[in-house]
Amino acid sequence: MTTVIAMDQACTRLEAAWEVLRQIPDPEVPVITLDELGIVRDLRETAGGLEVVLTPTYSGCPATELIQDDVKAALARFGEIEVTLQRAPAWTTDWISDEGRRKLKEYNIVPPGKVAGAQPVRLVHRNALTQLACPRCGSDHTEKLSAFGSTACKALYRCLACLEPFEYFKPL
Amino acid sequence: MTTASIKVGNDPQVQYLLRLGDSCLILSQRIAEWCGHGPILEEDLALSNMALDLLGQARALLTHAARLDGQGHDEDQLAFLREERQYLNPVLMELPRGDFAFTQLRNFAVATWLLALWSRLEKSGDAELAAIAGKAVKEARYHQQHAADWVVRLGDGTDESNARMKAALRTLWPYFNELFAADGVAGLGPAWAELKPDWTAQFGEVLAEAGLALPKESAYVSAGHKGVHSEHLGHMLPTMQYLQRAYPGGVW
Repeated sequence: MTTVIAMDQACTRLEAAWEVLRQIPDPEVPVITLDELGIVRDLRETAGGLEVVLTPTYSGCPATELIQDDVKAALARFGEIEVTLQRAPAWTTDWISDEGRRKLKEYNIVPPGKVAGAQPVRLVHRNALTQLACPRCGSDHTEKLSAFGSTACKALYRCLACLEPFEYFKPL
Repeated sequence: MTTASIKVGNDPQVQYLLRLGDSCLILSQRIAEWCGHGPILEEDLALSNMALDLLGQARALLTHAARLDGQGHDEDQLAFLREERQYLNPVLMELPRGDFAFTQLRNFAVATWLLALWSRLEKSGDAELAAIAGKAVKEARYHQQHAADWVVRLGDGTDESNARMKAALRTLWPYFNELFAADGVAGLGPAWAELKPDWTAQFGEVLAEAGLALPKESAYVSAGHKGVHSEHLGHMLPTMQYLQRAYPGGVW
């Protein structure tokens, strides 16, 4: 009986921690959460608190350390928080949840196409391949301005119909 | 003010990781020199982002090398407290940044090399190296495409851009040989020579598209992977190492 209650409490504690963890926004694209971005891989109980397993998006993403600090601060009341960075399997934009994709689009960032099963990109003449619809007006009449945008994970486009610039979350 | 330099051991696996990790580190530093100097804002962003990716890869590789070396050093000590002869990157990486054509052609050559390497290292028996490669291979793909675009655009561009690309090719060509030079170190990944067919095919494809003829084979093989560098690395290291030397153990 006591064991059952203890397990119950543990479950509740872990669930409560998950609730908090699910709310933490990504520092660079704050419209989506870390969980929706797909970088929270696991949450485990440890002797003194919790262990959060995260996977970095890009090797050189400057937000990685900030994200670790945000997670530690948000979960502080659950005891000692350990953050483990797990590189394998490598993060892919396919892990961005449907809800995350919806929010990105609402924020005028075109969500990434699926990586799994996509056609391999040809080394030359690849520019002709990516034809994106403008997230504001829906026009297909768009062009790429810059392969790298305000962060490593995004490219910058411009709509030639409504003339507004928009970002594209690159498939990785 | 002096800070004692460190040396790593002769373990072949550590040497293999340093040849790769130092390549990422030194090229990252060279590319980062473009920050604020790019010909257009978009390229400033692109080059800075690629430098960041390479730096992230270097950090992971040097951390792993330090662990295998077993002397209790960390990535910062390996990056900033070794002396010139202890760096094992091919000389290609340390050559001054040159003009924009030179930078893009070198980036294309190195990204093509790294892509061939990372895709093989994904299957490395060393789990940590395989994990680093699994992430880096995707980044290298973007770097390669971006630089390939520029090689074609400049090579097949105006008389001026074509002349610049030709000059870059003439200067860089002899330094490519070292990318495939054997060093007798095996175990963690493929032999360097194994990368050459893939590299040659992709490099040739893009150069043909750019309307550039491949120069004749060169017999020259630089020896950065043995720690014998050009004069340029010696000038680059003080800039890179200043902070750690002046403020030992300083962290952000």
